[in-house]
Amino acid sequence: MRRHLNTIYVTSEGAWLRKDGANIVVEVDGSERGRAPMHMIGGIVCFSRPGASPALMAACAEAGITLSFLSPEGKFLARVEGPRSGNVLLRRTQYRLADDPGHALSIVQGIVAAKTANQRTVLRRALRDHGDRMSDTARAAIEAAEQRLFHSARRASVAGDVATLRGMEGEAALTYFNVFDTMIQGDKSVFRFNGRSRRPPLDRVNALLSFLYAMLGHDCRSALESVGFDPQVGFLHADRPGRAGLALDLMEEMRPVLADRLALTLINRGQLKARDFVVDDGGAVSLADEGRKAVLVAWQERKKRELRHPFLGENMALGLVPHVQALLLSRHLRGDIDGYPPFIWK
Amino acid sequence: MTAPPPPDPAAEDALVPLSALQHYLFCPRQCALIHVERIWAEDGATAEGRLLHERVDGGKPDRRQGVRVVRGLTLRSFALGLSGKADVVEFRGGVAYPIEYKRGRPKSHRADEVQLCAQALCLEEMFGTTIPEGALFYGQTKKHQRIVFDAELRRLTKDVAAETRAMIAGALTPQPRAMPACRHCSLFSHCQPERLEKPPVIRRWLAGQLAD
Ligand code: SF4
Repeated sequence: MRRHLNTIYVTSEGAWLRKDGANIVVEVDGSERGRAPMHMIGGIVCFSRPGASPALMAACAEAGITLSFLSPEGKFLARVEGPRSGNVLLRRTQYRLADDPGHALSIVQGIVAAKTANQRTVLRRALRDHGDRMSDTARAAIEAAEQRLFHSARRASVAGDVATLRGMEGEAALTYFNVFDTMIQGDKSVFRFNGRSRRPPLDRVNALLSFLYAMLGHDCRSALESVGFDPQVGFLHADRPGRAGLALDLMEEMRPVLADRLALTLINRGQLKARDFVVDDGGAVSLADEGRKAVLVAWQERKKRELRHPFLGENMALGLVPHVQALLLSRHLRGDIDGYPPFIWK
Repeated sequence: MTAPPPPDPAAEDALVPLSALQHYLFCPRQCALIHVERIWAEDGATAEGRLLHERVDGGKPDRRQGVRVVRGLTLRSFALGLSGKADVVEFRGGVAYPIEYKRGRPKSHRADEVQLCAQALCLEEMFGTTIPEGALFYGQTKKHQRIVFDAELRRLTKDVAAETRAMIAGALTPQPRAMPACRHCSLFSHCQPERLEKPPVIRRWLAGQLAD
């Protein structure tokens, strides 16, 4: 199986990246802070406003290392792309399918069904791990939501059109996030979840989720590009300028597994504190520097976890799942499989 | 002497790389993944092969005992629809003698011979000569193996070239076939031969996953 390669996250404000032979070197204020051989690295993500030498950019493009620039909140700014990226035949098929909702239906059914099923698994794990510490009402609420999601997932897998599926996805999200606060066992005065808010996140849980979703979105985008897709044109997410629709599609089924579960773990184990977040005058909450670093370390660790892939039946690192799903989607579009097998976590 | 007229651009565009023949003989799906889908997988084996070629290509032409040695010569044949590079071509008294360097050892299948013969056919077209033989050099055994371009090898090479070109022009990727050779394939993890050789009906598979 493909190796799970490391990602370098560069968070220092004044960092400069350059190439030294077959190494990537990170400098801050002219002194070397880190060095890694290129063949060990799968991606580089730069927060804040660092620079990178053109020689490094070229070497990354050549070696298939994704080099991206993100804002401190994780918003995508730019990436370096080499001549090798993209596959015109696959992209043409992708566009044809995106223009024909009847054709894309089975893909979207799978994505929504898997996302809903995976949300349900998050609830079941919470019941298993903390059920005996919950109040009777809390437990009953999660159990009821879990049952609803079970049925929603099965209905989504046979839904008649994409518009219906968008509605079902929204309903499932509502059911799930309605009980999300109940799964938080940490300090309730610090971590309260008041429904999903994104622009901006209005509480610490939302700030954490948004940041993790940005990281996941980044990985999904890289995975799609590395198998030759256009990450902008999606099937579930309609086109909107500047939006990576297919990356959003791909990340749906992985959000509960990779991001939501990790957010709950970080909070419930007390790995994040109030001081790891900042609240601005308008009420927008974001991760502070130290908090962001702690989350990135946990994110990297989480991606190393092994699991059994439901379709391939192989053990692999969780961090490889976006790549494998992108691959399976491309194999479906190229005609190897008669559908897209989404990622279902149990 | 006047320069020859430039070739038809469409014919130039239709040329496929010489290396595709070898990929095709190893596995048509591997050939399609690389040359149709442009999947690039540099694993240990290909990186090592590239280093060997860089060393070979790096040298300057030299001359010893009346033999002129040219490295990295660009080859082309419109009859076969191929283009590429030769590792080494020795010109022995005006007759070209191609030598191809291979990592590893001689193989049971004829992919290396076909690639070398294709080089010879390119050289014949380019220089209007007949090339009776060439050699393969294997890194692991450090031995030259003389290859005679007989009628049978020429026929095989032409057939493989035609099949390869047709497959690439059709832009279709054959289904995988799980076989022992897959273990040595740099595209194994991309190809998923075991799972995709006889994949389940996805609708049924999904329903099974969603049942409790
Ligand atoms: S893994 Fe096997 S079937 Fe797939 S491309 Fe390689 S040799 Fe061919």
